[in-house]
Amino acid sequence: MTDQSVDTSKRWFLTKTASVMGALGTALAAAPFVASLQPSLKAQAAGAPIEVDLSKLESGQKITVMWRGKPVWVLRRSSEALKSLGRVEDKLRDPGSDESDQPPGAKNETRSLKPEILVALAVCTHLGCAPTYRPELAPADLGPDWMGGFFCPCHGSRFDLAGRVYKGVPAPKNLDIPPHHYLSDTRLLIGLNEGGA
Amino acid sequence: MMSGEKSNTVLAWLDERLPVTSFWKEHLAGYYAPKNFNFLYFFGSLALLVLVIQIVTGIFLAMHYKPDANLAFDSVEYIMRDVSWGWLIRYMHSTGASLFFVVVYLHMFRGLFYGSFKKPRELVWLFGMFIFLLLMAEAFMGYLLPWGQMSYWGAQVIISLFGAIPVVGEQLALLIRGDYVVADATLNRFFALHVSAIPLALLGLVVFHLAALHTVGSNNPDGVEIKSDKDENGIPRDGIPLHPYYTVKDLFVVSVFLLVFSFIIFYTPEVGGYFLEHPNFEPANPMKTPEHIAPVWYFTPFYSILRAIPDKLGGVVAMGASIAVLFLLPWLDRCPVKSIRYRSRTFKLSLVLLVVAFIGLGILGTKPVTVTTTLLARLFSGIYFLFFIALPFYSRAEKTLPLPERLRAPVIPLAERHGLLWDCIRYLLQGVQSCEAYRRAEAEVSGLCQKLKQTCCKSKP
Repeated sequence: MTDQSVDTSKRWFLTKTASVMGALGTALAAAPFVASLQPSLKAQAAGAPIEVDLSKLESGQKITVMWRGKPVWVLRRSSEALKSLGRVEDKLRDPGSDESDQPPGAKNETRSLKPEILVALAVCTHLGCAPTYRPELAPADLGPDWMGGFFCPCHGSRFDLAGRVYKGVPAPKNLDIPPHHYLSDTRLLIGLNEGGA
Repeated sequence: MMSGEKSNTVLAWLDERLPVTSFWKEHLAGYYAPKNFNFLYFFGSLALLVLVIQIVTGIFLAMHYKPDANLAFDSVEYIMRDVSWGWLIRYMHSTGASLFFVVVYLHMFRGLFYGSFKKPRELVWLFGMFIFLLLMAEAFMGYLLPWGQMSYWGAQVIISLFGAIPVVGEQLALLIRGDYVVADATLNRFFALHVSAIPLALLGLVVFHLAALHTVGSNNPDGVEIKSDKDENGIPRDGIPLHPYYTVKDLFVVSVFLLVFSFIIFYTPEVGGYFLEHPNFEPANPMKTPEHIAPVWYFTPFYSILRAIPDKLGGVVAMGASIAVLFLLPWLDRCPVKSIRYRSRTFKLSLVLLVVAFIGLGILGTKPVTVTTTLLARLFSGIYFLFFIALPFYSRAEKTLPLPERLRAPVIPLAERHGLLWDCIRYLLQGVQSCEAYRRAEAEVSGLCQKLKQTCCKSKP
């Protein structure tokens, strides 16, 4: 036993460095746990492109296919439907699709590679519900100005027949157009753009 | 005599090793609670009861349930049909979830009504709010497990809410889902969180909630601190020991609660699609959203606020804010008077409006979106937020009534109430009492009571 006074500055230094090292160690140990929450390799691999046959798709008809666990619409629009696209433009939030996601070839008024065929992700850009296809004109529940399009039952978001979002609804942008291209006139590949990008 | 001595030595042996007697004294037989608790004060202990029911039934459900996207829906039906008494355990769990929120909402309302969140009970309120938040997470994750249509799409919508957060949102949503859509990975991790992580955290928070409460003591309908008036033994003059005085009352309330609980379980477990939604009896289908998607009733007020805002991020922010403002309540309300009994008419009116708006939002949240419902939801959302925005301004200089020296009755008798509202109620009551039908009914009931007394009581009148 000595009566030497305690060197508190050394203690202070040791406590602080030990705390910092402890915190660092905890953070490092936590990293694998957080990383384990990410999609597994299996989930990441399950996103292969799919092929769709369009030969039996009639005018006005819509089919839904699964790609990466999400529903994708393939819709053949009639010529009247295509004409209606121009008439609703002033009511749309992003008519030119400047802030929306689509392959470069589909950044046009019809949001498609071929004017009549719409390929769109059936996932509302608001909170991920599947909108319903409502091609009829002016139904009772959607009002007299309805020119046909998609309506999300969850929160009332409205899209035109090109998946372009109307103003004044909660969805922030147009429906996503997944990468896709045509293998032939009637064969569509969803998941890859022309040239593999 | 012998056995008494023996148990005393056992207790002494225990007390040297574990604080048994001191715990009993501090938290039960020696915890002094205000003597004028009324029925609004029972919901805390009821919440504890429901928590126990949920944990016990949950353990037994977990023995039969399979957290796998291909098996989950069928395993719930298996519990309902093939497991002995499985239907009872499952209905207890699903009804318990809804009643948990009934009890907790009333418990929170009591806090607002009598100012129980105010100094020195800020931490009691904060721990309570964290319990409420975790309870919402627990309920939300539990709702995914049956893997029905509503489970699936409800989870899809709520997880997408996180996606609205700028910059990190999408990454965060991906981390929660564990896949690009709600899938098996999501179900599996929600199961893990629902049965272990969140219940553990909940239990811990309940301990903190009660520890904080027992440190500062309970509030009461008069909002007067009983600790400020103690007798020569240091015991609050207006306090009575929690045990046996309130435990016995709680026991009675528990029996009433269990009566309601059993009625729902045995006669109407789905409660018309409010406790168990109809689309959830259909297996999850990622290709098709149900026509009308609505969360379970206890989330609808906040969901309505989300829907009322025509902007993705704005809606999410508003919904988050509607819950966050509740945390700030102890600092928003600057009026030193706690109980509504002695507060200004402005506060009373605001509280009525808040309750109307909250219930209104709740009802609207169960309905499909139309122009009218959106307009109403915006109005009610405005009222809801206005309550919290206006509170700090008018509460600073509120005209309050003088506080009483000692505690008053649990419920103030009608004859002692003043004001236009109570005059109207008195007048109406007189009208009812003077009509012929009421007198006949009263005679009928008193006759019946008399008969009961004569047949059942030992001492004949």
